Amino acid sequence: MIKTLAAQIKEFKRDSILTPVFMILEVIMETIIPLLMASIIDDGVEAGNIHHIYVVGAWMTVAACFSLFNGIMGGKYGARASAGFARNLRKAMFEKIQTFSFANIDRFSTAGLVTRMTTDVTNIQNAYQMLLRMCMRAPASLICAMAMSFFINPQLASIYLAAVLLLGSALAFIIYKAMNYFNAAFRKYDDLNASVQENVSAIRVVKAYVREDHEIGKFTKASDNIYRMLVRAENVVTFNSPLMQLTVYSCILLISWFGAKMIVHSSLTTGQLMSLLAYCMNILMSLMMLSMVFVMLSMSVASAERISEVLNEESSLTNPENPDFEVENGDIVFDHVTFSYKKDASSPVLSDIHLTIHSGETIGILGGTGSSKSSLVNLISRLYDVTEGCVLVGGKDVRTYDLETLRNQVAVVLQNNVLFSGSILDNLRWGDKNATEEECIHACKLACADEFIAAFPDGYHTHIEQGGTNVSGGQKQRLCIARALLKKPKILILDDSTSAVDTATDAKIRQAFASEIPDTTKLIIAQRISSVQNADKIIVLDDGKVTGFGSHEELLATNEIYRDVYESQTSGGGDFDEKGGNA
Amino acid sequence: MEKKKQVKNPWKLFCRIMSYVMKNYRIACIFVLIFIFISVFANAWGIKFMQTLIDDYILPLMKSDTPDFGPLASAILKVAVVYLFGALSTYAYTRIMVYVTQGTLRTLRVDMFSHMEKLPIRYFDTHAHGDIMSTYTNDIDTLRQMISQSIPQFINSAITIVNVLIYMIILNVPLTILTLVMVAIMLYTTKKLAGKSGAYFMAQQRDIGTVNGYIEEMMNGQKVVKVFCHEQESIEEFNALNDQLFDSAYNANKFANILMPVNAQIGNISYVLCAIVGGILALSGIGGLTLGGLASFLTFNKSFNMPINQVSQQLNSIVMALAGSERIFAMLDEEVETDDGYVTLVNARKENGVLTETPEHTGLWAWKHTHQADGSVEYRELTGDVVFDDVDFGYTEDKVVLHNVDLFATPGQKIAFVGSTGAGKTTITNLINRFYDISDGKIRYDGININKIKKADLRHSLGIVLQDTHLFTGTVMDNIRYGKLDAADEEVYAAAKLANADSFIRHLPDGYQTVLTGDGANLSQGQRQLLAIARAAIADPPVLILDEATSSIDTRTERIVQDGMDKLMHGRTTFVIAHRLSTVRNSDCIMVLEHGRIIERGSHDQLIAEHGKYYQLYTGNFAEN
Repeated sequence: MIKTLAAQIKEFKRDSILTPVFMILEVIMETIIPLLMASIIDDGVEAGNIHHIYVVGAWMTVAACFSLFNGIMGGKYGARASAGFARNLRKAMFEKIQTFSFANIDRFSTAGLVTRMTTDVTNIQNAYQMLLRMCMRAPASLICAMAMSFFINPQLASIYLAAVLLLGSALAFIIYKAMNYFNAAFRKYDDLNASVQENVSAIRVVKAYVREDHEIGKFTKASDNIYRMLVRAENVVTFNSPLMQLTVYSCILLISWFGAKMIVHSSLTTGQLMSLLAYCMNILMSLMMLSMVFVMLSMSVASAERISEVLNEESSLTNPENPDFEVENGDIVFDHVTFSYKKDASSPVLSDIHLTIHSGETIGILGGTGSSKSSLVNLISRLYDVTEGCVLVGGKDVRTYDLETLRNQVAVVLQNNVLFSGSILDNLRWGDKNATEEECIHACKLACADEFIAAFPDGYHTHIEQGGTNVSGGQKQRLCIARALLKKPKILILDDSTSAVDTATDAKIRQAFASEIPDTTKLIIAQRISSVQNADKIIVLDDGKVTGFGSHEELLATNEIYRDVYESQTSGGGDFDEKGGNA
Repeated sequence: MEKKKQVKNPWKLFCRIMSYVMKNYRIACIFVLIFIFISVFANAWGIKFMQTLIDDYILPLMKSDTPDFGPLASAILKVAVVYLFGALSTYAYTRIMVYVTQGTLRTLRVDMFSHMEKLPIRYFDTHAHGDIMSTYTNDIDTLRQMISQSIPQFINSAITIVNVLIYMIILNVPLTILTLVMVAIMLYTTKKLAGKSGAYFMAQQRDIGTVNGYIEEMMNGQKVVKVFCHEQESIEEFNALNDQLFDSAYNANKFANILMPVNAQIGNISYVLCAIVGGILALSGIGGLTLGGLASFLTFNKSFNMPINQVSQQLNSIVMALAGSERIFAMLDEEVETDDGYVTLVNARKENGVLTETPEHTGLWAWKHTHQADGSVEYRELTGDVVFDDVDFGYTEDKVVLHNVDLFATPGQKIAFVGSTGAGKTTITNLINRFYDISDGKIRYDGININKIKKADLRHSLGIVLQDTHLFTGTVMDNIRYGKLDAADEEVYAAAKLANADSFIRHLPDGYQTVLTGDGANLSQGQRQLLAIARAAIADPPVLILDEATSSIDTRTERIVQDGMDKLMHGRTTFVIAHRLSTVRNSDCIMVLEHGRIIERGSHDQLIAEHGKYYQLYTGNFAEN
């Protein structure tokens, strides 16, 4: 894990090394200053030597300036190293995710990926800066101050050593206890926020059933619970600062008592006593700092793990070694294809699919939810790889094509489709970067989108909000179809892409396909029987198996499921002319 | 978008936070103040002791031939007692602060949630859910930081500063002035550096927003990116944004990091200057400064600089907390849903054609209408008769989405709304249960203007099944019981059976006790819909609203759902919105909406015969006409 992350430091190695170096130099200066102080008091004031005060004072000023320089440099390089590290992590993850196959994306949820790239990276950035600046500084400060104390007076310094050991183990114990409590409390806290989220999105249900007070009651109870857990956790931590104070105070008093005796017996000077007392603060403060660093670092371990998970993920789909860059035509063959999302799944999602589709045909695909319609078409553009058998496009196994070539020739309009923020034209040009405005308009006309786009005040330059929230579901679907059409693909797959479009427009779109792109193989997944009944052939899927493959009339005669669906959508409407859909 | 607006009135906001904290913890806060004071005092006392240690004890002892350490021992013991009190006080106030902080946050959370639940639907429709959530998470967090750390630290520092200042003045006035001059320099540089760093922090915040927004958008559309082979382009776009964030993050942190060493070294220089000047004063004996006095003063000098340094460190988090609390209070200041209704829903019994109110559940409901003029009470049976009389409505005042809508539904009738997206179908149902209030016209329920009916009672009498089923974390049982909290288990089973949900529920691993999480993520769309129907069934409302309830289910599954739905609709007034033919065909009356107007109405057969919009919509036969 650490190795994976450390590999991303890259060009910021120099900054990462310089930061602790400057921090240590700063610490050394800070340790020298109290020593000079002692010299001022002992050799200057007590000896009545004003000249000595000037000289040492000058030295102190130099030391302070040098310390300042080191502090500034350490701060600067630390900021650069951590911000740079964060940038590299984000960049590496983003690039990695771009290589992910659908299977990889499914494994991490969208929300999971977003958190990893935002919150987790910020955590690591802060922890890294802390690590570079404090992790070296605190122990260095502790060691230097301790060494100086021993140098001044070993007997008195041993008091500090004892204090460090005592306070250190007490802090470790507190941290250990508190971490357990906090982890439990934070989990509950996440649950609480999840329930707020639930209420926000389900507010219509809450209000429709007049359950506001019920929800408030539930929430209050959960809040009380969290309050108790957090108080318990915080109460453990409250021991920290009084404990620290007690230790410092005890040290001061002990040093004063024994120091006074030593001074009287002339084995210690007053100046030395003063510097010893100053080091006391240095030692114990750095111990405190160290414990804080430790807490921060251990809290960021989870983030580091989540990030390295993404970085270490290998794409489950790879480009072949000598790929084909040419898709000859829109023929599709499923050769005894079996497919499951997980390798060890007990029952496959698709089993033994054997189909031949000819270039230019229009194929309808029908089946209940969970009958694997989407899984079937996703294999064609190699969004997933088959488990057994093979899928051929243009007479060749899809695994022999260059991925980009294949996907440009097999256009899929996904079921859960997305528009991106930008103008309508920007969105359309995802299909073809160099498409002229005329070409875009033409595609939109085919997809029956031109009419409503033209009605927008800004027409094709209308800005689409993130997620396409400012267009209706039906409009979004039509834009997505137009976007796919701009690819001028050999195979076009519509995965339930007109569900929010009314029947009339739906028919119009299909009609346009038939007359304008006759050579393109068209696969249409639909719920509405009217959307598929005029296709050359219709595939009926049930539970991952093909139960029927033929024309509307054939299936009506031979396929029970098809007949069933047909009747459920048209029964009782003798005078109702469903067939009008092909006009 | 405008998250980083300047806080308008920081002082007022601060007072509001404090008064919120004080509301429940006035006495606790007073104790905290007292304990902080003791703690600071003990600390200062200890520093003062350093002077006495050298001047009054060590120096005389050195001069004496037979040193008596007794007085020193008792002096140290005295200080030890003071220190002990100091440490205990520190413990006491941090401990009290735990309760104050966590308690205040708990109250705040509950207040926010309670208030939010009472806000009108409009609030949720016009505010991004992500923004509402971040009020609960990020904004509360900044406030926690401020209450638990920044404020006590601030008080502590302030008391320390005043206390130490007094001691310093007592010890030596010229040296005090020198220290203050250095503090002024320190404050000036802090202001300069903080200003620079602040500007970069703003830029960083903005860039983080852009980068996070881009990441979110791309991760959501990752599959589309793959399908369109758009990887390289998105990497390039991302890199540009990412580099920009690096720049601002680097600069923001750089200046923040520099602040501490700069202040520390100004502090050190102040120390050196005092040593030199103090040394000269002590040697020449001016102002009565003794050696011990100088030592003490130097320690005070250090204790004086430290709190000032700390306060400047806390400033940033206070500014952030103020911005966060502004958003929190903005939500708490939102107007809650108003309810002027006075007609209530009561259980009734009918004897000889006369309705009387009864406390027990009879299955018969009546509207209790207390006439405001003379206080007389009238009971009217709840039947489910709904009338729209020339209703106009717009979500905003300048844009009317429904024009002159007239409709009536007699008890038990099924009314369907059809029309393209955005025609105003859902809007009509939003008006019946008063999620929104109409702009003009009247809606009558059993002859009563719905504005006169108490909202809770009105909604109790209406059942809703929406396209997006929302289930709650909890068991299947809990979720069905949501419709009627005091329902017995048998009633839950009956409702589930009615909705055709019973059989699948029994096949779940734990049956009715199966725990649903994440909006019922472990169920299929159809199963979730069946649960939503069962939930409506158990509530047993006389009027039902089905808003695209089956549109995301495939037609075969829909038949099972439809079957459950038909049983539910039996004997109830039902409003159905659907774009699927089979759902609307057997309605008593079908309304065709376009651009907010009812353009056709009638039964299925009538409308087909008319060869109008309805005919077009459902035959796809647009060529003629």
